[in-house]
Amino acid sequence: MVYITRIEHFNAAHKLYNPAWSKEQNDTVFGKCANENWHGHNFELHVTIKGIPDTDTGFVYDAKKLSAIIREYIIEHLDHKNLNLEVDFMKDKLCSIENLVMGIWNRLVQHLPESVKLHKLLLKETPTIYVEYFGP
Amino acid sequence: MHKVSVFRKEHFNAAHRLHNPSWDDAQNKAVFGKCNNPLYHGHNYELIVQLTGMPDPDTGYVMDMKILSDLIQAEICERFDHRNLNEDCAEFKHINPTAENIAIVIFEILRKKIDPQLDLRIRLYETERNFVEYPA
Repeated sequence: MVYITRIEHFNAAHKLYNPAWSKEQNDTVFGKCANENWHGHNFELHVTIKGIPDTDTGFVYDAKKLSAIIREYIIEHLDHKNLNLEVDFMKDKLCSIENLVMGIWNRLVQHLPESVKLHKLLLKETPTIYVEYFGP
Repeated sequence: MHKVSVFRKEHFNAAHRLHNPSWDDAQNKAVFGKCNNPLYHGHNYELIVQLTGMPDPDTGYVMDMKILSDLIQAEICERFDHRNLNEDCAEFKHINPTAENIAIVIFEILRKKIDPQLDLRIRLYETERNFVEYPA
């Protein structure tokens, strides 16, 4: 089994805010991340697929085609956007990277060819904070 | 003996949008593209502060890096980290928060607080690929 990873980027605004809580409780739990006027990040998304290299091409899957799929179905919908307000799969969800990575997986997996097995997503919010998700 | 440059790297994460209020929406969109999103987007900004001077004969320091770090945290990160540069920051009330203008604002704040005998230069990364320096 060989694992191949494609890295893409998107720059977006968000906030961590639970609408069922008071402002004070949000500030206590989420600190600066609860700023009602938003803050933002350069997010980095690593998409890892797995498989056996094809005998004719040597590819698990063409990385350029993988990039095109990630950009069309994920990056175009997240880049330079407000993740809380403009992303359909984040509506009514708390906009943590934990929830974001699960939403990205559920969306991406619908658009990968059947032969392509999604192994892992890694989503970096900052150089020192990232999440990994291996699917449900 | 020659002058030495010392560098301190700090980070802040912020939302912003690029917008000229004296233009109509069509012109703003044409010039600034996705960066004009009225719901904002964001970045992990990486700031590098460069000071150049002669090392102090007693300490061997151009400037104590801990003091410089505390200064940048207090004067820059506290102002801009986890903020919406357009909405939350008085410095950008009438200035478009491009990387260029942010670097100039940071320079002017720090210049007043640092020994005038030391040359000051700001490098600001908006993304890994786009960065500015001031003064040029």
